[in-house]
Parts: sequence; structure tokens; C-alpha cells
Amino acid sequence: MTDRKNNQAVTELIKGVIRENPIFVLALGLCPALAVSVSMTNGLGMGITATFVLLGSNIIISLIKKFIPAEIRIPCYIVVIATFVTIAEMTLKAYSPGLNRALGIYVPLIVVNCMVLGRAEAFASKNSVFSSILDGIGMGIGFTLALLLICGIREILGFGRFFNFLVIRGFEPILMIGLPAGALLVIGLLLGFFNLLKNHNK
Amino acid sequence: MDNKFIVTSSPHLHKKESVRRIMWAVNISLLPTVVAGVLIFGARAAWVMALCILSTVAGEAILQKMTHRKVSVSDGSAFLTGLLLAFNLPPQVPFWIPIAGSFFAIAIGKQVFGGLGQNIFNPALTGRAFLVASWPKYVTTFTAPFTGDAVTCATPLTLLKEGKVLDNLSYMDLFLGKKGGCIGEVCILALLIGAAYLLYKKYITWHIPLTFIAANAVVIWIFGEKALFSGNWLLHILSGGLILGAFFMATDYVTSPLTRKGQVIFGAGCGLLTAVLRIWGGSAEGVSYAILMMNAAAPVIDRFTGNRVYGS
Repeated sequence: MTDRKNNQAVTELIKGVIRENPIFVLALGLCPALAVSVSMTNGLGMGITATFVLLGSNIIISLIKKFIPAEIRIPCYIVVIATFVTIAEMTLKAYSPGLNRALGIYVPLIVVNCMVLGRAEAFASKNSVFSSILDGIGMGIGFTLALLLICGIREILGFGRFFNFLVIRGFEPILMIGLPAGALLVIGLLLGFFNLLKNHNK
Repeated sequence: MDNKFIVTSSPHLHKKESVRRIMWAVNISLLPTVVAGVLIFGARAAWVMALCILSTVAGEAILQKMTHRKVSVSDGSAFLTGLLLAFNLPPQVPFWIPIAGSFFAIAIGKQVFGGLGQNIFNPALTGRAFLVASWPKYVTTFTAPFTGDAVTCATPLTLLKEGKVLDNLSYMDLFLGKKGGCIGEVCILALLIGAAYLLYKKYITWHIPLTFIAANAVVIWIFGEKALFSGNWLLHILSGGLILGAFFMATDYVTSPLTRKGQVIFGAGCGLLTAVLRIWGGSAEGVSYAILMMNAAAPVIDRFTGNRVYGS
């Protein structure tokens, strides 16, 4: 009995990393993935911030799911999410103003991030608090890892750097990969690659 | 012009046209420009063209092998993409530039969409746009004609953009190719010989090239200078990649509209955008971006200019 429960919990936790990866499988949260994925530092900052918001909103929404009227559930979710985004933004401003400047408008925009809203609607409003915590952590880790993959490719190819350190000497960076067009291209190719892997494993 | 299809019962005469035949005919029509490019810029230009063609053909073969599709490099379309990409490059680029551009042109410009006939954008121009965005300093540094080595030289359009006078360049120089620029765009005479061959064989029609050039000339004439109606439109026609783009790249079957009316709109749009980019844009040349933008609009143009289905 406990074994099965444990298994379920583990599945809930790791499903967000590969099987239901928010960016590469659910195609949610693409806006920050496209916009801030120019350096590993940005990616890590955005990933942790989004994970914090996701975890917080998942907990609160699964706690109050019985009191939210179905007709106005989206505004209620937004209020909860906006609270956590405000906390995250104030914390960033106080302790890491440089990162806050680099992420810019995309921190407040987490409010309308479809990954956070999507998990609230699809998961937290239907499941227990414990499952919602696991779901939030798993999805957050999956989002962060996907973001770091995109950031890594773009920072190395587009700027010849990794975490701001010069990695390859004498390499002429492909500037376009660092531009918005490069973000679309890299994400598109990665989506295609992961679909290929998925079809191959079937 | 009469554009009705005449339907008769069999037996039918079989015409020998095919994709392969047309593609190789276009390649042959570019031969005068190849010769002119080598004469003007020396052996280096020949190397760039050879590298581009080799990389596009090899790239297409490798990608088709990898995706388990029929290898179709003998149809000449990858060859043509390579040649047109080389025409869009300055002769003194480092040798890895043509290889990177060719691979991007074939992989992202063509094979990602499913190969010949499926691509939205002209593959050669996609490759060029990638190179310009990625390594601008190599792709926009031009060398002087007939020097055979790296004496840098601005193109007529760059000089014009910087407000300099072009006293030492006659219209004859511009027409024959005695100017700085990309390998395949400088010699207008050679390009027109090839275009005449294609028009004579009816592989292309006048609709796209003529409206392209005319629309560009009209907008340049009206807005080209500070005073209205005084722009030097002849200089703009003879400089940059306008003739190359209008006859050989905007007329690509895959990425241009199918109907005659659509082709006129497409050509006029290309000309208008080219003029806008040349007058108000950040860089001196705008032909490649104009064609790429109109490529994106081609399906919409086709939808609104298509003939009504009989009986609907």
C-alpha cells in the first residue's frame, strides 16, 4: 500500500521533467523561454523564480479549491499567482538587482505565464495539496532544465560563452542565435528533436 | 494574355519539361554570370562558387540519407541554391562562410519543410539572411573589381547611402560590372543574357521581374532624393542585386504566386519593399529581405487571386 503511494508520488514528481516537460512536450511557458534565454545566468534566475511562483500558487490554489466558484476561477488564480510574483519580484529587486534588470518585464509577466496558470487549472484545482506540491516542484525543475538547455545552446553558439566565461577561443559566434530569431529556431529544432525521440521510442 | 486551359481528349503530345530540365536550364542561364564573376573578381570567386555548390549538394544528399528519403540532388535544385547563394556573397569571404551558409540554406531553408516544392522561403536567400545576421562584417565587406586581391571597396549603394557622389562611376561601368559588390550581382549584362534565355524558353514570364523593377524605379524616382520626383532610378536599377533578384530569385516557382495577377502583385510588392528598405532602411541594400518578406505573403496572394472553381 505505502509502496504504491510512494510510486505515485515519484511519478507525480518526475513527470514534469521528461514525460510532461512544460516547454518541450506541453509547449507552455514559451514566452520567457524565447525572451530571456540568452545566458545561463538568466535561465537559472528565470527558472528558479518561476518554480517558486508555481510551487506557491499550486499550494494555495489546491488549499482553497473548494471555495473558488467555477465561474470566476481564472481571476482567482490570477490574484493568487500575482501575489507570489510580487513577492518574487520584490525579493529579486532587493537581493539581486542585476538579475532583475536582465530579466526585466519577464518577471512581472510570470503572472500570465501559461505554465503557472495551466498547472493551476489542470492540476492544483483538482488534486490534494501534497500532490500539488510534487507537481509544482517537478514542473518547475522540468521548466528550469529545459530553459537551461536552450540557454546553454544559445549562449555557447551565439556568444561563445558559458555562464559568462569564454569557452572556445577563436570561435566566431553565430550572432543570429543570440537574436530573437535564433530563440525561435533553437526551440523549434529542439521540439522537433524531442518529438523524434518520442516517436522513436514508441 | 490568354490564360485559359484548353482541354481536349486523348491522345496527348507529351512535352518534355520537368523539374529537372527547368532547374538545369536555369543553372545554364547563370553561366554568363559565373564567367563574368570570375573575370571581375578572379579565381577567389570561382572557389566561393565551387564551395557553395559542393556544400549544398552534399548537405542535401546527407540530410536525405539521414531521413531515409530518396536522394534527389540530380534535379539541380540544390546546385541552383548553392550557385545563387554564392552570387550573393562578396568574393573575399573566409571559406567557412559559404559552407555554413549553404548548410543553413539547405537544412533550415529547404529540407526542414520537406524538400523541393515545400519550402516557404527561397533557400538561397534564407542562407544569405542567416549569414548577414550572424557574421555581418564578413558578408558586407566588398572588394574592388579587377584587383584580384583584398582591396576593400564600397558598393555604389553604400556610397549613395553615405551621401557621397559617384563621379568616377559611369552607367556603362555599372552595367558591365566595374564596381564593388557580390559575385553574381555586379555584371548586369551577363544577368540579362541569362534572363533573355529563360524568357525565350518561357521558363519565366515578364510579370514578376518587370513589375519588380518598375515598382522599385517609380518609388525611387519619387522619394529617392530630398526633393520629390528627382531620385536617380536608373542608378538604383543598375546597382545592387535588383536585376539578379528580380529575374532569378523572385521568380522561383516554389516561393512565388501561381496566378498571373498574383505574380504582378508579388513583383510590385518586392519592388516597393526594396525601395523602402534602400531609402529608409538601416543597410544600403534591401532586395533579399524584400523577396523574403514577399515569399511569406505569397500563399495569401495566391488565395485572393486564385480563379474561381467552375460551378462554385
